Amino acid sequence: MAIGRQTAAAGDAGVITRPTWTTGWASWLTTVDHKRLGLLYIVSSFIFLAFGSIEAFLIRLQLTRPEQQLISPDVFNQLFTMHGVTMVFLAIMPLGIGFANYFVPLMIGARDLAFPRLNAFGYWVYALGGVFLYTSFFLGGAPDVGWFAYAPLTSLSNNPGNGVDFYMIGLLVGGIGTLVTAMNLIVTVVNMRAPGMTFMRLPLFVWMMLITSFLIIFAFPALTIALFQVIMDRTFGTLFYVPEAGALPILWQHLFWIFGHPEVYIIILPAFGVISEVIPTFSRKPLFGYPIMVLSGIFIGFMGFAVWSHHMFTTGLGPVANTAFALTSFVIGIPTGIKVFNWIATMWGGHVRFAVPMLYATAFLITFTLGGITGIMVAVPPFDAQVQDTYFVVAHFHFVMGGGALLAFLAGFYYWFPKMSGRMMPEGLGKIAFWLIVPGFYLIFWPQHLAGLVGMPRRVQTYEAGIGLDAYNLMSSMGTYVMGAGMIIVIASAFWALRKGTIAGDDPWDGRTLEWATTSPPPHYDFDVVPEINDRDPVWLIKHPELIERRDPISESVDPDHTPPEHVEQIAIHIPGQSWYPLIAALGIFFGSYALLYQNLFLGLFTVAIIFLACYAWALEGVGGHHENVDPAAGGRA
Amino acid sequence: MSHTVVAHTHEEHRSTKLPDIKLMMWIFLASDCMFFGSLIGSYLVYKDKSVVGPYPTDVLDIPLTTVSTFVLLMSSFLMVLALHSLRSNDIPKFRLWTLGVCVFGSIFLGFQVYEFSHFVDLGLTLDQNLFGTTFFVLTGTHGVHVTIGVLMLLSLLIISYIRPTSAKDAVYLEVTGLYWHFVDIVWIVIFTVIYLVEFV
Repeated sequence: MAIGRQTAAAGDAGVITRPTWTTGWASWLTTVDHKRLGLLYIVSSFIFLAFGSIEAFLIRLQLTRPEQQLISPDVFNQLFTMHGVTMVFLAIMPLGIGFANYFVPLMIGARDLAFPRLNAFGYWVYALGGVFLYTSFFLGGAPDVGWFAYAPLTSLSNNPGNGVDFYMIGLLVGGIGTLVTAMNLIVTVVNMRAPGMTFMRLPLFVWMMLITSFLIIFAFPALTIALFQVIMDRTFGTLFYVPEAGALPILWQHLFWIFGHPEVYIIILPAFGVISEVIPTFSRKPLFGYPIMVLSGIFIGFMGFAVWSHHMFTTGLGPVANTAFALTSFVIGIPTGIKVFNWIATMWGGHVRFAVPMLYATAFLITFTLGGITGIMVAVPPFDAQVQDTYFVVAHFHFVMGGGALLAFLAGFYYWFPKMSGRMMPEGLGKIAFWLIVPGFYLIFWPQHLAGLVGMPRRVQTYEAGIGLDAYNLMSSMGTYVMGAGMIIVIASAFWALRKGTIAGDDPWDGRTLEWATTSPPPHYDFDVVPEINDRDPVWLIKHPELIERRDPISESVDPDHTPPEHVEQIAIHIPGQSWYPLIAALGIFFGSYALLYQNLFLGLFTVAIIFLACYAWALEGVGGHHENVDPAAGGRA
Repeated sequence: MSHTVVAHTHEEHRSTKLPDIKLMMWIFLASDCMFFGSLIGSYLVYKDKSVVGPYPTDVLDIPLTTVSTFVLLMSSFLMVLALHSLRSNDIPKFRLWTLGVCVFGSIFLGFQVYEFSHFVDLGLTLDQNLFGTTFFVLTGTHGVHVTIGVLMLLSLLIISYIRPTSAKDAVYLEVTGLYWHFVDIVWIVIFTVIYLVEFV
């Protein structure tokens, strides 16, 4: 079987020949193109989103009626744990990273990320980490300790099965992928902006991804160390979380939430970014209050590290700590509120077009604000003491994670699908799906507030009849069918649109940002001529020169050191070479995870050798690649 | 006038004029601060919480560790000399000083191996008490960092015999040097927190 078409350019000499496939499966395994990796991230996220949704559906199925025994308590514990882990680490967060991979370089006028092979490595480590976690279902049972896996529930004596090891090692490995991708994104945004693309002209999505990446590099180490400590406890008998030896299991909660609360913003800030792109485009107005939107994003990023103990109000930290963390939690509501008002002000007086992305953005505004209000409620320690570990908290974070992040990413999916595929998603089916997903969402999660206020605890496998929970749970479970039908329509219409959708053209939405200045889908080198940026909405400025007097005051300044090329007939664009080594190194880590889990020294040494050799081969093969001659008249526009 | 222009290829245009790998190393080190911060934080939370001995004052040997600390700090000095030599295109001196950094780093690691085995002889193991758990994991993680640094420097040294090396490659040594100095600074913090504070 032919693997795929090879380009004429020969690979460099190396340990193994440098791959140059441009089509076929091998081209995807060896790709370093940010757009292909972005697509891989997005597709993988949707696959994990489906897994997480199936788990959610089974949870709701068990809770439909009181005193049902469809699913055993043991399996139920595995389901809600894997549902949380999947949605947070494998579906929603990578969805934001996938959009960032695809669109950050396009939006700043770069041709790729700063380290294309590292980007591929990040993806493979994430994807294989997810596969590793899911193999737990077939290898002795999935983790069953909740998504935050409190110590000492995770100790070997309390939890002798393999599930906890899968959780600890899987998240550790997945975290490596997230970390290197975040570092890569920071270097890209800081160092690879097109001439004239100053920081205060960056699209809001790029800004939010920059802040998110900083949150990742500062937050994930705390999780990594916490996971590492439990792995050491379970594998080598250390005493980090052994109370008999004097250890304080609350240390896990601190380390986990020092990571875990920034993680909430790692998920929601990219969603804010998507919304900040969709709303101005469909309101045909520049984003209202751009500088304050940027600053409030930065402020949220800072404050995200100062609120972690509001997850621990009921652990007895004392009134001083509780008051301090309640105050910081209120304060973080202020920049978030500023953002909401700026989005509304952007829509105000605009020519609002309610295309499907805008519908999702509007639903996001309402749903996220409601989730924010319940967030302020649970930030009050006495109130939190009443609803801690009840369905009220479940409803709160599903409003911000599902109704916030997921709806925003659906807006982004509909908004950018034409750019990624060259075809439009069907508008009618999109609206039908929207009117199933959003009401279905409210049907699932609105009654959960009420069930929680009545006192229904989280993570219970069933509940007694006639104590005031029957109707709420029935409504909630019925909602899953409605929302699920909507999600199935979204996926099905995406498959349909890939083959039969109307041709989108370069700029179907009258877009403002640079990605709309190239073809749909973009050529593999993104832009033939890297454009000069003079404005926050550069593509609007090109299309509507009559708006020139409305340009913001900073528009005039152009990078003084930059001399634009005079007349360009033909350009040689450097295309970085593909590589096997990111995948090989990631596979080494993947099999190394099993070696650690089963404490197999031979496999461990073998995989360490593989990783070591792959790193050296990777470093020594260099960036490689070739220069491709592009005729500006024929290729992508700028 | 028409000509072929290599317009803003992958290598050319950089907004900050800094090499990507240098920025990358700074960002990695920022993240690494949080790694060590979490480990040092765990050590401090569990300080004086061990319920059985040996306790820190029973095993820690300040004079011995002061010597190894001094060797590690001097390796940073040699690192500066190595970078200076490479920038001045003085390849023999670059090789000499780089080898010196590797030797000093290895001496530090040798001290650590001796210290670990000595502590085990005194009854302090990973699973003996909280001091053993936090001490070995924190200093062990630091030791792994030093080992990786030695490996990176040795690799640069070996590569200089295989590929022609000149001042234009100095950025690779500089980035490795950033990492090396950082690992040194972390050791100063660890030495203070674990060793010196114990005898105040």
